[in-house]
Amino acid sequence: MQTLSTRPPVTTPIAAPLPPAAGELMCSGHAACPGCMEPLTLRHILAILGPDTVAVIPPSCMAIISGPQPFSSLRIPVYQPTLEASAAAASGLRRALDAQGRQQTQVIVLAGDGGTYDIGFQCLSSAAERNENILYFCFDNEGYMNTGAQKSSSTPHYARTGSTPAGKTTRKKNLTEIMAAHGVPYAATASIGDLTDLRRKVTKARDLKGLRLITLLIPCLDGWGLPDDGALGAARLAVACGAFPLVEVEDGVRWTINSAAPTRPVADYLALQRRYRQLPPCDAAALQAEVDEAWTRLVQRSAAGPHTTPTGDTR
Amino acid sequence: MNRAAQTLLLTGNHAVAWAARLARPKVVPVYPITPQTPVLEKLTEFQAAGEFDAEVLTPESEHSVMSACIPASLAGVRVFTATASQGLLLMHELLHYASGARAPIVMANVNRTVASPWAFWPDQTDSLAQRDTGWIQYYVESPQEALDTVLQAFRVGEGVQLPVLVNLDAFYVSHSLEPVSVPAQDMVDAYLPAYAPAHRLDPQRPESWGNVVTQDMYYRHRQAVEEAMARVPELAAQADRAWAELSGRSHGVVERYRCDGASTVLLTMGSMAGTARDAVDALRDAGQAVGMVKLRLFRPLPVRSLRAALAGTRDVLVLDRNHSPGAGGVLHQELRAALYGMADAPRVHGCLAGVGGVNVSPRHIAGFVQQALQRPPQPESQWVR
Repeated sequence: MQTLSTRPPVTTPIAAPLPPAAGELMCSGHAACPGCMEPLTLRHILAILGPDTVAVIPPSCMAIISGPQPFSSLRIPVYQPTLEASAAAASGLRRALDAQGRQQTQVIVLAGDGGTYDIGFQCLSSAAERNENILYFCFDNEGYMNTGAQKSSSTPHYARTGSTPAGKTTRKKNLTEIMAAHGVPYAATASIGDLTDLRRKVTKARDLKGLRLITLLIPCLDGWGLPDDGALGAARLAVACGAFPLVEVEDGVRWTINSAAPTRPVADYLALQRRYRQLPPCDAAALQAEVDEAWTRLVQRSAAGPHTTPTGDTR
Repeated sequence: MNRAAQTLLLTGNHAVAWAARLARPKVVPVYPITPQTPVLEKLTEFQAAGEFDAEVLTPESEHSVMSACIPASLAGVRVFTATASQGLLLMHELLHYASGARAPIVMANVNRTVASPWAFWPDQTDSLAQRDTGWIQYYVESPQEALDTVLQAFRVGEGVQLPVLVNLDAFYVSHSLEPVSVPAQDMVDAYLPAYAPAHRLDPQRPESWGNVVTQDMYYRHRQAVEEAMARVPELAAQADRAWAELSGRSHGVVERYRCDGASTVLLTMGSMAGTARDAVDALRDAGQAVGMVKLRLFRPLPVRSLRAALAGTRDVLVLDRNHSPGAGGVLHQELRAALYGMADAPRVHGCLAGVGGVNVSPRHIAGFVQQALQRPPQPESQWVR
């Protein structure tokens, strides 16, 4: 067996899939759940980044979507590291490409929230401190969905998962604030629910150097309890109710809010999802208060400018 | 470029750093740990002086060090790192990952006791506990051998696409000064041509590594790793001969010291071999037919060479500076497996000598020999000091 295997011709005796459009880096026939927004999100990302890209994909839904050996749904090289090591692996890959004069090649990470907020966080913090030149995408479906929906530190308050059957007792970790505190060049949230904003952010991140991180909300049909056609609506409502505000932070100091002030109550968003089934009204009110408080803080951050930064580092 | 070899007074750690510099790795992720730290500091010193053209990464842990090493190697560049003890243990998951990825990383490991409790003394349990990870393993006796072995490790590892661990004992080798012949860059360049693997992570010709495989693919992959391992003893011997032709120094895969006509042979690895030489000299002077076999290549275990080296010997005393609870000495265990079924196999006595870094002098070793020969070999390794 070779160290790195080339893809053999597809010999499956089924109708040939449609050939990918010219230049399309994400192929049809991938293994995502029907209705999932993750492949659609990635398709737009890769279209913007182009073929001179190498992806690091830890165990996650994306590792399944990108295909089992010998298949691949991505027309770029993929390295699958261990779950906790994406940012470290991407750093090693980056340096090896730099050493070969390949500074223009994008090294990207396509990780889930478990591999980012939880087990992969130590090496992510270190890569951020070293300001490694990598573009990190966190596909945040708010739990370990690939193992059947258990809680991660990205799971929101009160959500029911396989490991929190009575509802999670603590809040979702705020990854954007943590990354901003590292003073990285770019940290943002984006959603397929606002494609224009998402594409603008990916383009902006592409053209910056250093550690850039974009957290993408990916509603999980199975893990959140959504109908098969419910993902896009949930993604939009998450932004509209303020549960997942769209923001960007440059150099850890310049905060910009990219979504309008919440126009819908959080209760509307919760009602879509079975993970909040039988949520007592007092808990729904508490969640609404958390979302309101987070929004107020964001507004203050974006209005205050660089003087109230966590690090005071304006680079 | 310096054209002639120079003799420098170096510790084992600095000899390792010199070897790494001469091998021209392109990526060096590294994390400090006692007693390996001087390797890291010497390399960063070389780099700061413009004498070492490598990307040096200093991540937050040894786990991230090895995580960075693997894809860097798969991207097609030579990769070096160094660690010790707890650092090696923290890498454990990635050690398997590296050999599975067929990444010919070279890593120096300074053998140090494993906690708990905390200790900093020479003991080889750290690396011997990694024997099933798919890494080639060398054990060296001196700073000079450390330098020569790091260079040979790149040649062997890249020859079979497997990672290599070069082990040197804490302090006895890592911090002992001796005059070391540092080869000219030209000579090393001739010995180690630039690394250019056939497969690499490269957008210009997309290939991937790590995706989920079927049972059959996994099975065949493990077979391929085993086939590569099986080639190592011969390749290591060739690499040693080729280095001897250039440098005049050969260390062998298995070294026999005063074994001719020996009825009793000491078998050991690393710095203990130096002590055992003195013990053999003293015992020979006293008229006893005792020799020593130094095992330099531990993984893969060179079974045929070991059998040949020990053929005709009545008793073998294995000196293990390591401890596997419930099994005793690792080398004791390995040797008995290697000799099982051999016609006229020697009797094997296992000695847990120097565990935790306790001092073992030539006089002690002479005592172990007298003690062991008084009774038939026991199945258990014996605690001796």
